[in-house]
Amino acid sequence: MDAMDIRQTENELREVSERVLKLAKKYGASAADVSLNKGTGLSVEIHNGSVDKLEYNRDQGLSLSVYMQGKSGGIAGLKTGSATSSDLSPQAIEDTVRAACNIAKFTGEDQYAGLADAELMATEVVDLDLYHPWDLQAERAIEIATECEQLALDFDERIINSDGAGINTYSGISVIANTHGFTGVIPSSRHSISCSVIAQDPNANNKEGMQRDYWYSNSRLSEKLESAQAVGKKAAERALKRINSQQLGTRQANVLYSPEMARSLIGHFNSAISGSSQYRQSTFLLDCVDQQVFPEFIRLHEQPHIPQAFGSCCFDKEGVATKNRDIVADGIVQNYIMSSYSARQLGLQTTANSGGTHNLTLDSTGQNFAELLAMLDTGLLVTELIGSGINGMTGDYSRGAAGFWVENGEIQYPVEEITIAGNLKEMFKQIVAVGNDVDYRSGTRTGSILIEGMTIAGS
Amino acid sequence: MGIFLIKSHTMSQSILQQSRQHLLEPAGISETQLDQVFSHLQGADLADLYFQSTRFESWMLEEGIIKNGSYSIEQGVGVRMVVGEQTGFAYSDEITLDSLTASAKAAAAIGKSGQTGKVKAWQAREQTNLNSFYGVDNPLASMTEDEKIALLNLADKEARAASPYVQQVIANIAGVHEHILVADNEGNLSADIRPLVRMNITVIVEKDGKRETAGTGGGGRFGFDYFTQADRIRNYANEAVRQALVNLDAVAAPAGSQTVVLGSGWPGVLLHEAVGHGLEGDFNRKGTSAFSGRIGEKVAAKGVTVVDDGTLENRRGSLSIDDEGTPTNCTTLIEDGILKGYMQDKLNARLMGEQSTGNGRRESYSHLPMPRMTNTYMLAGELDPEEIIASVDNGLYAVNFGGGQVDITSGKFVFSASEAYLIENGKVTRPVKGATLIGNGPDVLTRVSMIGNDLALDKGVGMCGKAGQSVPVGVGQPTMKIDGLTVGGTEVQA
Repeated sequence: MDAMDIRQTENELREVSERVLKLAKKYGASAADVSLNKGTGLSVEIHNGSVDKLEYNRDQGLSLSVYMQGKSGGIAGLKTGSATSSDLSPQAIEDTVRAACNIAKFTGEDQYAGLADAELMATEVVDLDLYHPWDLQAERAIEIATECEQLALDFDERIINSDGAGINTYSGISVIANTHGFTGVIPSSRHSISCSVIAQDPNANNKEGMQRDYWYSNSRLSEKLESAQAVGKKAAERALKRINSQQLGTRQANVLYSPEMARSLIGHFNSAISGSSQYRQSTFLLDCVDQQVFPEFIRLHEQPHIPQAFGSCCFDKEGVATKNRDIVADGIVQNYIMSSYSARQLGLQTTANSGGTHNLTLDSTGQNFAELLAMLDTGLLVTELIGSGINGMTGDYSRGAAGFWVENGEIQYPVEEITIAGNLKEMFKQIVAVGNDVDYRSGTRTGSILIEGMTIAGS
Repeated sequence: MGIFLIKSHTMSQSILQQSRQHLLEPAGISETQLDQVFSHLQGADLADLYFQSTRFESWMLEEGIIKNGSYSIEQGVGVRMVVGEQTGFAYSDEITLDSLTASAKAAAAIGKSGQTGKVKAWQAREQTNLNSFYGVDNPLASMTEDEKIALLNLADKEARAASPYVQQVIANIAGVHEHILVADNEGNLSADIRPLVRMNITVIVEKDGKRETAGTGGGGRFGFDYFTQADRIRNYANEAVRQALVNLDAVAAPAGSQTVVLGSGWPGVLLHEAVGHGLEGDFNRKGTSAFSGRIGEKVAAKGVTVVDDGTLENRRGSLSIDDEGTPTNCTTLIEDGILKGYMQDKLNARLMGEQSTGNGRRESYSHLPMPRMTNTYMLAGELDPEEIIASVDNGLYAVNFGGGQVDITSGKFVFSASEAYLIENGKVTRPVKGATLIGNGPDVLTRVSMIGNDLALDKGVGMCGKAGQSVPVGVGQPTMKIDGLTVGGTEVQA
């Protein structure tokens, strides 16, 4: 989508949003909100030097919620209905609005339902510099991905196969509007280059001991992507390091989560303090505001306005203005992660998190990766986690893992087919350090996290 | 196999007619025009147009209130061109001749170097003489809105009646009605009309200051009236409450290698992760699976037979035809411990010199098809489940699971127990907390030492994710014993 198209698409989506909201009122809604998106993309995947897939993406969608008064005339709350469509033709828009309004006729009056308060709507929208489309032709994409894969395959004779190298580019626009009169426009782009290869010890028999690993780079700007060579090299190095992985014996140990894996721990904390798990009382951190959940040195905060970042936005899905805020300060929980709905359930005010968090950042305690390995001394470095063995109600945690066994601060050998287990409530308290080796590739930013006293299950 | 008697009815001309009316006629697309579209895809080893329209509806109850409902309308067409190992793909959210032609031209970019120049007129060969494993009726129209809501209110009432400790009940129902039509470059024109419904009930219980949660549900390729039969809603509600209450008393799970007895039904997720994904044709064609090149080898204990069966009547994972128009099959993956075959779509089958097994599936018109599972299960053995438990001195009895995941290259897989018990001296004793079980796909089934006579399939809520695409699937197995699987608990034994 080039600059001309984007302006045209913006106008088109603005018009659709106005039509949708008008129709919603016509069919009986007292309030409504709509989100629209349209975008285009190209994705190429190479396997062993030849094109595996060349995909042209063209997405569009409409998602609508309507709120309607019931028998009580709104006193007992509003009735909600939702509908989505991938067709933006006038007939489909009309059908979608009618479907949402029809549903609202049958739902119950809910005193917490409705839009966020009008005075919370974002009024100042600064340019967060999220839109940098990449005019990438298929031929060039194939060249880059091929170069990336080739470097990984040639890197070492123990790299025996490719699991694919790829380029992805997507740019588009989304429009959020509601019957408070709020309309927000977010043009954005996202590009990535990735490589995944398989390594094997030449002395291994048959297919035993194949190990795959990958690397990727992403950015809103194509020129800020790591080079094809750098991505290919890292993928190869990572796969090679995993050759001859062993199973550990069952034991208690300290665990260092790599930045990519550490992000998941913040995800578990987010779920536990989300407004919906608080009002449903389905969390191991119930009523935890003002409580010491982490050690004193932990600060977790939201930074919604970082230019070009993946989690940046001036307003949330309800149009509520986002702002910098501390979620955890000195290890103490400051507030939950709420939409207007869950906030009303809890008798609180929305934190502008309808649709998620915005550049959630865990501040480092200052150590680099080498210093963290030294602090770990003897224990497990986790570089891969699989499965979802987490009980959000009790905090019980048990996941499949792979990584490296470390002794005296030095990596000894790769490990696999083990689990790491504990309870998140205790794990959060047992965090010893957060590295400065921050991974910036998502809307959650953290370095490596060192945790004491987990259980490793193996042979 | 008695409980899975297949009563297949022949797919009538009417399915193709109805799909054509639904997908092509509104856009005025004729077969002559399809010929024009295929003229842009000359030189393809395989090319297809996948027309799809989906109507989805869901309702949700929480705090005793019908909180929300959602309706969605999705339709479009995906155009694929395959030359050798290379695939070009484009799609459109509109079904019009213009958008179809534009997509075909884009997809054909892949064929630039592989043009053969052979021009053959496209002529439809209607595939109508096929078996159908479910009805065509629209599940969304199978009940009025009030009747659908009554299902959720009943779920709420039954769950609250099941125990005074129930604090919260969240119930969902969802239904899908899908029309597909596949036209390929050989002229085959196939269609399917697919109903799918499911219900989920999640409860939160609280007792003596401790809280727990559990969820159950069911569904399949029926109308919503499925839930009004056989006391199903009461059974789901009771089962959710029972599981949550059991977990209130759970003690820490053991850590380390254990003898594990898996219950029948949903624990078959083991098969899906440990062997299922590793036997999908794409990974084996590319040599990236731990099972690559192992056909004919022993990968499981004697007596272990695993199949993938898309032909079970009304099952969630069943399909009359796959998303490439190939009739589904019951494909034997492992027979008496020996690896027999892979699950194939057209592309990978052709490149490996095999036939498609009817496992070519895609999430929607905007995704490419790939080899996917349907209903994957292990055939029954002869032992009484009681006998299997009684044979274990010290171990784990795991009967319910959350999801699982596998690294198909290293073969390492996990699946997470949500209801499990200790077995002590041949008896099931205390419940233990949820724990992840981890093993190695190519050898875990070699350690199966006892197989029960109680084959069961899951209740019909399974979803499988692969390369960013989700499709509904089923799993199943009889009770079985595995001698040595790593259990990821916290209790380290001396």
